[in-house]
Amino acid sequence: MIQLKVNGATRKFEGDPEMPLLWYLRELLELTGTKYGCGMGLCGACTVHVDGKAVRGCQTTMASAAGKSVVTIEALKGQHPVQKAWMACNVPQCGYCQSGQIMQAAALLKEKPKPTDKDIDDAMQGNICRCGTYQRIRKAVKMAAGVRA
Amino acid sequence: MSENTLHVVERRAFLKYTFGAGALILGTHVEAFASSADTAVFHPSVYLGIEPNGTVILIAHRSEMGTGSKSTLPMIMADELEADWKRVKVEQAIGDEKYGSQNTDGSCSIRDFVEIIRTAAASARTMLEQAAAQKWNVPAAECQAKNHFVVHTKSNKKAGFGELATAASKLPMPDKKSLKLKTDSEFRYINKNVPVVDQQDLCEGKGVFGLDAKMPNMLVASIEHSPVYGGTLVSFDAAETKKVPGVRDVVTIDRFKPPHNFQPLGGVAVLADTYWAALQGRKKLKVEWNLGPNASYDSDRYRDSLVAAAKQPGKIVRTQGNVEAGFASAAKIHEASYSTPLLSHAPMEPPAAVAEFKNGKVVCHAATQNPQAVQETVAGALGIDKKDVTCHVTLLGGGFGRKSKPDYVAEAALLSKKVGRPVKVIWSREDDIRTDFYHSTAGMYVKAGLDAGGKPTSWLHRSVFPSIGTTFDEKAEYAMDLEMGMGWNDLPFDIPNHQAENGPAKNHIRIGWLRAVANVYHAFAIHSFVDELAHLAGKDPVEYALSLIGPGRKIEMNPVGMKYWNHNQDQKTFPVDTARLRNVIDLVAQKSNWANRAKGGNGHGWGFAAHRSFLTYVAVATEVKVEGGRVRIPNMHIAVDAGKTYNEDRVLAQFEGAGVFGTSIAMMSEISVKDGKVQQSNFHNYNVARLPEAPETVHVHLIKSDAPAAGVGEPGVPPIPPSIANAIFAATGKRLRDLPLRKGLRA
Ligand code: FES
Ligand code: FES
Repeated sequence: MIQLKVNGATRKFEGDPEMPLLWYLRELLELTGTKYGCGMGLCGACTVHVDGKAVRGCQTTMASAAGKSVVTIEALKGQHPVQKAWMACNVPQCGYCQSGQIMQAAALLKEKPKPTDKDIDDAMQGNICRCGTYQRIRKAVKMAAGVRA
Repeated sequence: MSENTLHVVERRAFLKYTFGAGALILGTHVEAFASSADTAVFHPSVYLGIEPNGTVILIAHRSEMGTGSKSTLPMIMADELEADWKRVKVEQAIGDEKYGSQNTDGSCSIRDFVEIIRTAAASARTMLEQAAAQKWNVPAAECQAKNHFVVHTKSNKKAGFGELATAASKLPMPDKKSLKLKTDSEFRYINKNVPVVDQQDLCEGKGVFGLDAKMPNMLVASIEHSPVYGGTLVSFDAAETKKVPGVRDVVTIDRFKPPHNFQPLGGVAVLADTYWAALQGRKKLKVEWNLGPNASYDSDRYRDSLVAAAKQPGKIVRTQGNVEAGFASAAKIHEASYSTPLLSHAPMEPPAAVAEFKNGKVVCHAATQNPQAVQETVAGALGIDKKDVTCHVTLLGGGFGRKSKPDYVAEAALLSKKVGRPVKVIWSREDDIRTDFYHSTAGMYVKAGLDAGGKPTSWLHRSVFPSIGTTFDEKAEYAMDLEMGMGWNDLPFDIPNHQAENGPAKNHIRIGWLRAVANVYHAFAIHSFVDELAHLAGKDPVEYALSLIGPGRKIEMNPVGMKYWNHNQDQKTFPVDTARLRNVIDLVAQKSNWANRAKGGNGHGWGFAAHRSFLTYVAVATEVKVEGGRVRIPNMHIAVDAGKTYNEDRVLAQFEGAGVFGTSIAMMSEISVKDGKVQQSNFHNYNVARLPEAPETVHVHLIKSDAPAAGVGEPGVPPIPPSIANAIFAATGKRLRDLPLRKGLRA
């Protein structure tokens, strides 16, 4: 049996330890804010925090999440500075990639509160936005960090 | 139970909102799936309704895939109605022909509906004012709707919309000619940067997409399709699959009958409690296919054959003057061949839908651009009436044309019928990329006869590509009017001898429309060629393009052998107006400081292209820095005349996004096929622009215009690839004539 914390609540899981965290969150806990985009760690749509670090839910097995604390977009409740900046900049188009973008950006700012353009490039390049909202993402990250655009 | 109570029960079960009792009084004919607007006390139009409690229900009948149309159309209605946006509920319509076309495609949501919905809202406003006038016994002309109330200033009387709704519903519809539409200065929401209705949900992970839709007791399916287009199932062995925990069933779906239209491809479906279990089961499936006649399709060889065919005479689709005579008398001839690959839409959300077949009827929730096509396709697949298909539309995680073709919804409905439970179908990214309706590959040839000053007197453009028409007629070999009318035979150049020819192309894969469609390859060839001619003539590319376009004038397009399509609009209302094209070019030159740009060389340069499509005029100036095989795009300027706009921030966003989408097409995206099998499968080998590869800043410059609203979602894309190719030429001296450019740059 695997035990882990999801958004603060303790959860027990008895299924296939190879099941990716992404599908556990989406299908068993019905936390569908975390999205599927590729299943191969290539797009970032499934980004969540595990012990405070941004990881790809599709590449994180339940076995490796055992004993860890998982935070998903649902836990941010619209109150995170990154979310506020996202709304101020009208970032989303279709919005599908944005849970992952926001979780990735939130982790970046935790690690580097005043990121440079290069930091933003490096941290965000794993998150694809097919609608092409990248320049607003960059702007919103800077706004949330309080650095000059 | 009285009839009315019955209706209440039905409605409570299906509608999102609970109504006060007054709302029901006039709900005489309540269908189980009626929208709330239909059943509101006052619903002067299918697009809106007002409840006695004052709630204004606005129906979004077009799909939301990121353009903002779900919000912008209701926002226009709210504005015209003088409603308070905070007291508006926007409800997504089910598929129903009463709304008119719901096919959210072709960049026409605003263009085709703005007048209809403004008229509906102005009628409602007028009726509310008349109801207040009757109530207070004052002239209607003295009553004015203001922010959800009607006021009579003289007597200081005020009544809410809800209070007036019942009385308004009894008045006759006002004559359309008597309506007074608001003036631009009176707008409160239009072009005021009001966030889209789902913005907060989308930032909090609460938006419900097709992938998130669910039904009680549903199974989730993953479907193995033939790896080659048109292949048929020989046999399969599901013994190991069925041992996977959670797998409940393995069933087949028949192959489509040609033409494929939007029918399912056919295949073997693994149904399980979860998608994860279905995927595990699918890995264990052993399937044998008869791959059929397309198993020898090789996209590289095919593309070469298109380029070769474009060097041969084809069917004439536009002609004026005499090109041959023009070539014979030219001081100089220049010719070049261009080619573009197949492309996949790859919306971030792959195709997904959930459906239930019960008692001869289907209810589904789908990420679809076209719920009426869902009704038709599902009905066709199951042999039922389309009226018996109820399609709820979820949010779409991108569409780009893929999700107007509802094969995946029909799969869900067919599977539900087979297993007797609701079924959700999710295409994996691999399914999406390997079995898409691909953007067509094209081979093009352009030849110009030049006068002594380097200006063409004769222009021949041949284009050969498998047509979207093969979706509906598998034997089609020539282009449809709409493909020819997309930036090819409507070329607005001032050249006396001009001919366009279309060669035949047999098709071997599903071809479909992708954002901007045939404009993409035509614009790439034409505007690359114009840049080549400018350099040959030693002229500035912008000035040279202006000289080709000639003076500002409205051109009556009457090409031979076809009807000029003009995006289904008449040429009086939407002429090909070179004055507007010149304007966007002047604007982009000014804003990008074109005259003082880095003159090129040393890996740094600027490129230009201007193109009319979807009735919108767009000019682009792009700056590139080429470092080895890597291209950075520090700045991209896009000047746009899309006629009148209604949600400026979303218009800007669409062109910013087009800059990125166009960069993907220009630089890195390519689908290739060997032995009939698509070689790409996911984002490691189907490349799309990531943040550092996208333009750092797309500067969008909108021309304020009173011309009728034109397209916004698509017309930004076509000029991007040639502007980048031309910039790379300026930066490196390398002329790249085949997409994607990165391949040529690294060669
Ligand atoms: S779904 Fe996990 S990275 Fe794409
Ligand atoms: S907003 Fe659509 S994929 Fe990013």
